Amino acid sequence: MATYTINVNGKTETVEADPAMPLLWVLRDKLGLVGTKFGCGVAACGACTVHLDGKVTRACVTQVSAVGAQRVTTIEAIGDTPKGQAVQKAWLDVDVMQCGYCQAGQVMAATALLNTNPAPSDADIDAAMQGNACRCGTYKRIREAIKTAAGVDTKDKREA
Amino acid sequence: MADGNIVTSRRFFLLASAAGGGLLLSGCMTPGDTTDGAPVLAAEPAPPPAPVVDLNIFVAISPEGTIRIVAKNPEVGQGIKTMLPMLIAEELDADWSKVVIEQADADAKYTAQSMGGGQIAGGSFATPQHWGPMRQMGAGTRHMLIQAAAARLGKPIEEFTTEPSIVVHAASNTRIPYGDLVVDAAKLTPPDVATLKMKDPKDYRIIGKPMRNWDSPKIVRGEAIFGIDQKVEGMKYAYFEKCPVFGGKVVTANTDEIKALPGIVDCFVVKQVGDLPTKMGLLDGVAILANDWWTAKNAATKLKITWDEGVSKDESTTQYDAKAAELAKAAPMSNLSKVGDADAALKGAAKTLEGSYVYPFLVHAPLEPMNCTAHAKADGTVEVWAPTQRPDMGANGAFTLIQNALGVTKDKITIHMIRCGGGFGRRLDNDYAVEAAMISKQAGNIPVKLIWTREQDTQHDPYRPGGYHNFKAGLDKDNNLVALSNHFITFGRPNATGALAVLASATSPPQEFPANYVPNHAYNQSIMMGGMPTGPLRAPTSNAVCFAYQSFMDEIAHAAGKDPLAFRLELLDLPVPAGANRTGMNPNRMKDVVRIVGERSGWANRTSLPKGTGMGVAFYFSHQGYFAQVAKVKVAQNGSWRVLKVWSVGDVGSTIINPFNAHNQVEGSIVDGISEMHQKITFDKGRTVQSNFYDMPLLRMDYAPQIDSHFHITANNPTGLGEPALPPVLPAVTNAIYAATGKRIRTLPVAQTELRWT
Repeated sequence: MATYTINVNGKTETVEADPAMPLLWVLRDKLGLVGTKFGCGVAACGACTVHLDGKVTRACVTQVSAVGAQRVTTIEAIGDTPKGQAVQKAWLDVDVMQCGYCQAGQVMAATALLNTNPAPSDADIDAAMQGNACRCGTYKRIREAIKTAAGVDTKDKREA
Repeated sequence: MADGNIVTSRRFFLLASAAGGGLLLSGCMTPGDTTDGAPVLAAEPAPPPAPVVDLNIFVAISPEGTIRIVAKNPEVGQGIKTMLPMLIAEELDADWSKVVIEQADADAKYTAQSMGGGQIAGGSFATPQHWGPMRQMGAGTRHMLIQAAAARLGKPIEEFTTEPSIVVHAASNTRIPYGDLVVDAAKLTPPDVATLKMKDPKDYRIIGKPMRNWDSPKIVRGEAIFGIDQKVEGMKYAYFEKCPVFGGKVVTANTDEIKALPGIVDCFVVKQVGDLPTKMGLLDGVAILANDWWTAKNAATKLKITWDEGVSKDESTTQYDAKAAELAKAAPMSNLSKVGDADAALKGAAKTLEGSYVYPFLVHAPLEPMNCTAHAKADGTVEVWAPTQRPDMGANGAFTLIQNALGVTKDKITIHMIRCGGGFGRRLDNDYAVEAAMISKQAGNIPVKLIWTREQDTQHDPYRPGGYHNFKAGLDKDNNLVALSNHFITFGRPNATGALAVLASATSPPQEFPANYVPNHAYNQSIMMGGMPTGPLRAPTSNAVCFAYQSFMDEIAHAAGKDPLAFRLELLDLPVPAGANRTGMNPNRMKDVVRIVGERSGWANRTSLPKGTGMGVAFYFSHQGYFAQVAKVKVAQNGSWRVLKVWSVGDVGSTIINPFNAHNQVEGSIVDGISEMHQKITFDKGRTVQSNFYDMPLLRMDYAPQIDSHFHITANNPTGLGEPALPPVLPAVTNAIYAATGKRIRTLPVAQTELRWT
């Protein structure tokens, strides 16, 4: 066990943890931030997506000892940013959700995409969202919601 | 107020006898976050809590006008938590923006047939079963509010109408908000709902309007609403290791060593209680408890368990495949159904064809792994926070499993139904719930949150059974289908009498189309031993057999030189053969959706598509829904393939209650079906080979097709959408692959077939 001081959603948090403990479980079980979800534990589904210094990161394979001074942003605070709020609103306007379990990760991935690419093409969306599985199959709406948040034409322009 | 009156008043008014008393009950329940129904995100000041007056067990209204509606069924992402309250709110004529929805606990008081029956997410039953009762509930509640207004103004009840959340007396230009009437209304005797007139559908203000799912704002904010998010004071986190061979028993385990590890709170062996013929329930295993879940799971790497692996430890998919091939050559063990003489008709046919179809076992894999929070308390009661599709009903419902394993009576158990991160049938079995309850009890009556790993979720599933269909078809000289036979090979285990009984969801329906349409058919069956647990996966049996039958139907169409869509219409037009008895599907409804999907997809123009791109069609009737779909698939020369677009036409009756959600279910079913075409579960040494999403892939964004979802409205009662849109997409896609490449997919997953072309 060791003591780690990490910055989560703008707050300084001090936790006692095994160095190998994934950030996901620090967030969920030690800090009570359960919006970030456990799906696979091996970075294969994207349910645990958070931002480290704004970059998409799978919290389930990120050891707490590797976080260091990087700023951790989770779904609980993504709405504090204009892009995050736009994505959340688009998710509601399109009503993306079925079970909703993957959607925190989807919102985090989509927000990171729009932060670096404000008007993504379908290929950009495919590439950026590839790591986020939706078991319910809401991909059509995720695509539409990202474009809605970006303020671009929502039509799917892929070959059909 | 006497206790007796409270009991009477809480009774659901539809059930109240004529002698049932008044309904006054002034509670102090606070409505939930009323901002949730509105399209806002920022935290808004909630209105001051108001007392709520219960009008019945589903509806309560506060004097300031907030309407609390109870959603009785489990929510797994199918949208029921929003949809059932919409039905009540419509006939109540509620202002939807004033409605707050509250999830019901598992409670028999909600399960009468007059209330739509049991609390279950399964079978796409909820819509047809609740369409009448929930609207009656709303209409009855509205009537009481009108009665209260009529009494107050001293006017005949017939002179009153309503606007959203307001009773209106036009003649005196009086408008009374529901909140002003609720205390008086609660004192009234509930009406006989049979005497109430339902709204004319053209006057609907809520039904048929796209309503956002109630929990959506909480979901995008990351609020704690799923089973895995539950927190109970003093709770410990649990990991539970079971035998990789299904139903194996613990012989020894190094529990003392594990207990001594840093951060470990407890470690002990849990034993199976009683017989579990389905292998779904409380099985042997070792529980590890810690103050966080990862520490408990991490300690499991040090577990040393000796297992008694039991009788199925040598089973493998290789053996099953070999056995299936052997059985296919032998005489079938039994006949499932027959009309005419298929053997004779095949012998006399001008042209015959054969096709053997194979589909694998599948895992449900909801994204939220199995988990449950439970507290078996020292006083003998058990409180459970379960993400479950079936708290009650049946041997594998949560109540029954917990009663049997913990030896408690049902009245001692409270089950809170928590939103599920996907279900797909997995959470109809409640093994994880009884595990949590037993671990809580053995840990010394402390609350416990049990979470499975993805690997455990993949390797301890009630799998969708694999199956083998061996078809023969005969055409006469005019290319009419005159005979169809099938020898279906499936899995079973000896039942109580020792006979091989087919495993759960491992059947092939005896009346499967085109039985009772083609003049001669014989569906036969043989069974082999299988030691695995099985159960219903979304659209059970249909999700499997539809691929086989609707693909072979395509083969027949091509052999007959006919347009596959026109051929299907031709079959649906066949007269009832002598000796046949048609039930279920109405061919006229099916013909309409097949025809319409042809029009919407531009089926007639498909011959102009370039090589490597093709369109396929399929239809299916299941869960009372009629679905026809056309898929357009592009196969690259290197054999990689992608579904470009799917056109779906469904007939689920007169009303699409919540179009937002209805289309979402169709879209999801299509993606789910295509996803299944990439997946398989195989067994070796009696255990599951696959373990996580790297070897059990889920379809991703880039492979999700464009979708055109259309509903064909007909004058039939509305039926459910959780399942029926799924089955036809698989054969629509495989038939499209054939059109694109000339290669027939007879085995799933598709990757079993080489699709490269030049």
